[in-house]
Amino acid sequence: MKSLAELQAIRDKAKANLNLRKENPNAARVLVGMATCGIAAGARPVLNAFTEEIAKRGLQEDITVTQTGCIGICQYEPVVEVEIPGEEKVTYVKMTPEKVARVVNDHLVNRNVVTEYTIGANTK
Amino acid sequence: MRELSLNVMDVAQNSVRAEASLVTITVEESDKNDSLSISIEDNGCGMTEEQVSQVIDPFFTTRTTRKVGLGVPLFKLSAEQTGGSFEIRSKLGEGTVTTARYVKSHVDMTPLGDINSTVEILIRCNPQIDFVFTRTNDNGSFTLDTRELRAVLEGVSLDTPDVTEWIRQYLEEQTQILFGGA
Repeated sequence: MKSLAELQAIRDKAKANLNLRKENPNAARVLVGMATCGIAAGARPVLNAFTEEIAKRGLQEDITVTQTGCIGICQYEPVVEVEIPGEEKVTYVKMTPEKVARVVNDHLVNRNVVTEYTIGANTK
Repeated sequence: MRELSLNVMDVAQNSVRAEASLVTITVEESDKNDSLSISIEDNGCGMTEEQVSQVIDPFFTTRTTRKVGLGVPLFKLSAEQTGGSFEIRSKLGEGTVTTARYVKSHVDMTPLGDINSTVEILIRCNPQIDFVFTRTNDNGSFTLDTRELRAVLEGVSLDTPDVTEWIRQYLEEQTQILFGGA
């Protein structure tokens, strides 16, 4: 059973790591479009896949995953925007959980944009 | 929407945008009464009577990025297509309550789906907001209240990875207990 005592232990550990965890100004941001259009197109499993992949690699301090609204390109949902400080924002379209590992590995870790998943490569 | 839990995620975000500090999500189901009801209540900015009538119209939205707003109409449709009902009550400056009632056994009933994932994502992505999630069935109920967690956490954020993992496991455990370890 999950207990509040367990939560207290998590709190104490988190407080001990506080210096480490202090808002990382260089953190990259992954924004998953989660308005009606994004959700209906399957944004939730994409967001979960990012969270899991980033946790698996222990990158929670360096990359934040969050939801955002509709940016007006509903036909390309699920849309994911990747923002790395000092670099141009990249918009990935028609994302799936399967595509997530490559975006994390190639783009977020190795700084190579996965061009074939971007909006530029998918508009006609 | 493939799951009602996705409608909940969608409509709950209206509460987030309405600058609510507390969002209460309640899912009550009863096999005895063949019913399921979902309510999303917030203390956000609320709406005027005129706005309430507008949000049910799919061609109304406050957004500027597109011309349609399907969140509320889809939620309404999901309930009405089962012979259920849908209601929005709102007061400017006080908040909004959205309630959808379903006839569970209806052929057009959409499955509830992974409601725990919806709750977990809402908390993780909006750690500044408090959520109260209650799930009830004929056997009993359980509640997750982030205000209680916050009291224990003493300033440690709800989106700390270990905390979100605790929340995920808590919801899973409680659901299993409620539904008899299926």
